[in-house]
Amino acid sequence: MEPLKPPWEVERKLLVKDEGETDPRYGCKPEDRTLEEHLRLGVINLDKPSGPSSHEVTAWVKRIVGVEVAGHGGTLAPSLGGEIPA
Amino acid sequence: MTGVLPVALNDATKALQALLLAGKEYVGVMKLHREVPEDRLLEVMKEFQGVIYQRPPIRASVKRRLRTRKIYRLQLLELDGKYALFRVACEAGTYIRKLCVDIGEALGCGAHMQELRRVRSGPFTEDENLVTLQDLSDAVYAWKNEGDEEPLRRLVFPMEKALSLLPRIVIRDSAVDAICHGAQLAAPGVLMLDDGIKAGDKVVILTLKGEAVAISTALAESREILEMRRGFVAKTERVLMKPGTYPKMWGS
Repeated sequence: MEPLKPPWEVERKLLVKDEGETDPRYGCKPEDRTLEEHLRLGVINLDKPSGPSSHEVTAWVKRIVGVEVAGHGGTLAPSLGGEIPA
Repeated sequence: MTGVLPVALNDATKALQALLLAGKEYVGVMKLHREVPEDRLLEVMKEFQGVIYQRPPIRASVKRRLRTRKIYRLQLLELDGKYALFRVACEAGTYIRKLCVDIGEALGCGAHMQELRRVRSGPFTEDENLVTLQDLSDAVYAWKNEGDEEPLRRLVFPMEKALSLLPRIVIRDSAVDAICHGAQLAAPGVLMLDDGIKAGDKVVILTLKGEAVAISTALAESREILEMRRGFVAKTERVLMKPGTYPKMWGS
């Protein structure tokens, strides 16, 4: 079978439809957010240890950082857990 | 299993759907039930690249019907006796344990997955700012007890990172608040967009400052949107920005 290109290797080109400017009084660049805003809109690239479930690890993150809600993107089964897809 | 597990905080959890559907990459160890020549293993592994059929295993979280999955790349890194170290890049929802069993069956000797580590989940990789629970705990300590925000700030990605594999549509300030209220995106609001978008594709709507406004479904393809003067170009699926962040510029 022919190898397929993974989505992260697909190069995209930005096309310009119209010119525009943005008003500095509203919003801000993602990297200029206050820490509070950064944590409200943040994602942590966590190295999951073996043993605990993805759900447990997410609950720990929630407690460590002290946020109200946290969720993970795609379950990684615990070392001897059931079958969970990638 | 260990490895890359992106964890979203508070409102960033709304961006998670983009990661659930994103491709993944793993490094694992497959144990062959009998030794096989390396060229034979390579030959069989090559057969599993591309579009494969996979029936979810008995203990699965989804319905057990035959479905197709894309295997972008399947490499043998090392073969030591019965142990094969491999790297696989695949579509979301591929069962790697099942893939190993199927490879074993194709070889005729049988095989099972011994160990697995996720090295990529969509745009997040092992090589860029992978954080342990201890790193996180230390950074929070520095912030709360020493007033140093920097370590924690550096450990956290903006949610826009989670959306960075989606095709982009960049819009005018004046179009932002309507999207935040769930309105569809109309053609005059579009400033820039990625090439190659097709109708039905999930896209991310961004401001000129690079902030994510929403995840939407494109209603036309890139080249059409570029020429459109009126009409809707994307349907808002998930609003990510708080309404009122940008001024209301639309009639009530």
